[in-house]
Amino acid sequence: MLLLRDLSLRYKIPLRAVVLVLITATLLTAVQVPRERDELQHDLEENARLLGITLTQNLVVPLIQDDVWRAFELLRSPLSGVDERAAERLPFALVLFDRDLRVMASSDPARYPVNAEPEALPRFRGIAPWVRASPTLPGARPLVVDENTLALVLPVVADGVTLGHLVLGYSRDGMRARAARLVQQSVIYTLALLALILPLTWYWGQRTARPLIKLADGMAQVGAGLPEDAALDLEESGDEIGRAGVAFRRMLYELRQKEALEQEVMVNERLAAVGRLAAGVAHEINNPLGGMLNAVDTFKRYGGDAEQTARTLSLIERGLLQIRDTVSALLVEARPSGKPLSLQDFEDLHTLVSADAHRQRVNFDWHVALPDVPLPLPATLVRQVVLNLLLNALQSTPPGEIITVCAHITGEYLSIQVINAGPLIPPERLGHLFEPFAGDHPRGHGLGLWVSYQIVQQLRGQIAVDSDESGTGFTVRLPLCHEED
Amino acid sequence: MGEPATETGFSLRRRRTLQALGCLGALGWARAGADEPIRFGLTPVFLDDQVGFLGRWRWYLEGRLERPLQFVQRRSYDEILQLLLEGRIDFSWLCGYPYWRHRHRLALVSVPVYEGAPLYRAYLIRHAEDPHLQDLNRLRGRTFAYSDPDSNSGYLYVRHRLQQQGLDPATLFGRSFFTLAHRRVIEAVAVRLADAGAVDGYVWDVLSRRAPGITDDTRVIERSDPFGFPPVVASRHLAPTLSESMQRVLNGMHRDADGRALLAELALDRFETAAPDLYEDIGRMADGVA
Repeated sequence: MLLLRDLSLRYKIPLRAVVLVLITATLLTAVQVPRERDELQHDLEENARLLGITLTQNLVVPLIQDDVWRAFELLRSPLSGVDERAAERLPFALVLFDRDLRVMASSDPARYPVNAEPEALPRFRGIAPWVRASPTLPGARPLVVDENTLALVLPVVADGVTLGHLVLGYSRDGMRARAARLVQQSVIYTLALLALILPLTWYWGQRTARPLIKLADGMAQVGAGLPEDAALDLEESGDEIGRAGVAFRRMLYELRQKEALEQEVMVNERLAAVGRLAAGVAHEINNPLGGMLNAVDTFKRYGGDAEQTARTLSLIERGLLQIRDTVSALLVEARPSGKPLSLQDFEDLHTLVSADAHRQRVNFDWHVALPDVPLPLPATLVRQVVLNLLLNALQSTPPGEIITVCAHITGEYLSIQVINAGPLIPPERLGHLFEPFAGDHPRGHGLGLWVSYQIVQQLRGQIAVDSDESGTGFTVRLPLCHEED
Repeated sequence: MGEPATETGFSLRRRRTLQALGCLGALGWARAGADEPIRFGLTPVFLDDQVGFLGRWRWYLEGRLERPLQFVQRRSYDEILQLLLEGRIDFSWLCGYPYWRHRHRLALVSVPVYEGAPLYRAYLIRHAEDPHLQDLNRLRGRTFAYSDPDSNSGYLYVRHRLQQQGLDPATLFGRSFFTLAHRRVIEAVAVRLADAGAVDGYVWDVLSRRAPGITDDTRVIERSDPFGFPPVVASRHLAPTLSESMQRVLNGMHRDADGRALLAELALDRFETAAPDLYEDIGRMADGVA
């Protein structure tokens, strides 16, 4: 049954139509059969009466003249030379009784011999009272002798005097055979009709199912992305399916609008994140700058020997190197490119967040065990995901605690974990963590995790969060065989 | 039940009346014209239902007699006999019994020779699956089929035999009836309409050779002594020359190929001239029965 339920409408609708047609045909045949049988019986009675009347008229003279041979010829003639088919419609025996209630002649003298009494005749025992006492019984009337024989008893009358009786014995087998043949015929006709109607029904069913299937196909495309209007092959009609199609198009339009909006939000968020970074970086640059300016100022004011000069230059150099590192890390971040992810990107991230971490007196436990070769993942996107997680962790970690960062390759996946010793996230919030504006942190707007989730989805990876008393850990798994759509 | 004795009585009375009328009629119908067809009455003393054969025989006789010829068939021997006695037909192939009765008013033209002699036998037959029916005594209460009340083999002989054995046909048989043809007697016994029957032995023999399907279901209980074969007779009214021509043609049939072929179809050797005393045996039986 489950199998049937899962069947496509392409087959289900035509199948149902076919079943309906079959039921109709069966019912019609079933109604037809008893009707045919009644008709047959009526037909047989009519024929028996006609044959009987004709014979009784002709048997008057042989009865009067006691002409056994003539009577035999008359009784035999309707039954001789007929084929098996015709024999079914004819009596199996015609027996003429004379006034003494003995057989005068019969169509089958071997079974119904001359002079026999009605009680002695095979298959005719029941008719004896009819032959004997016929004046008190209604005239010609078919009567059932036993379950296999039907007999019609007709008086042979001349000038108001009953000279004898003619008995027409019909076999019910013959009638049954005819009925069976009629049923067979009607079944054959029905089958022939079905052979004609069924393909039509199938075609119709298919046509009914087609718009539904197209609609379902269109809807199925939604999973991978939003199909273009032009790519949809929906039938336009005023019925329910047509209306569903129109609603589907409108829904797609709205979904596309929403997607565009989300895209925009993502871009904005990226810019905002970059802005935040820039602020941090500016601060980072400012520190060495202050130091360097002080050194230059001191050097200008007091001059100095070679040792002093060398110390000042070294100070300036270290400050400049620090600035260069900071700027180079920022440069990659600000310019999305198809550059593949490498170990260097994790070092850049470390550099980018270390300033914030230092300020908050948070330490990193940095375990990046990656080979020093480019990985088949877009560096910019992965950096943004990890950066968001790091910034998020920084926000949640109280001073003096440690943030653990792990990155390694397991099988076909790059696995990244960011674990902070922050407070427990309540379970009811865990479920909504990746939704936009879900955060209630005073410093964030809650888009960071949502953007990370979107990017991980885009990369066909998984992101999960796990929180308990000891801290909160985010795990990202990204497939390495990922190919850009 | 309708035992033929009464029937026969009635027939005889009617016959006498008709005979008287016939004598009157014969005067009026003097038949002589050369273009008038010869009228030849047939009875079932042979297989007279072979229409094709009759056509060929008629064609043969017309050619030899140089006169048109017409076969006349009726339901019973009696009707043919009446026509003959009235002179409304010229010849007839008839049973020896009616010939003997009316021998003074009929002329013997020709007698068929069957298996070397102008003789045949009467048969009593029963159904093949009724082996106990071996003599007339066993017919008590049974159904019996006669051929024709004017037939020797199909009626007279059985009546004679019953009388010999002191049996009364009126009480012996449960029922008896006439089929008016030997072939039908055989058929009646074969389909068991009758338990036994009286039949022309020649017809039974020929049928058993030609259409054994019918005779296979019957067995001969008794064969009579030979009797004179049913003759071809002429009305006394007929011009002797025509009678002689007919005799010449019939007696000459075995001399030409066409005639022999026709005789072969009848299973006869030839036709020959015979004296009326050939039928004396029948006459004695008839006298005894009557």
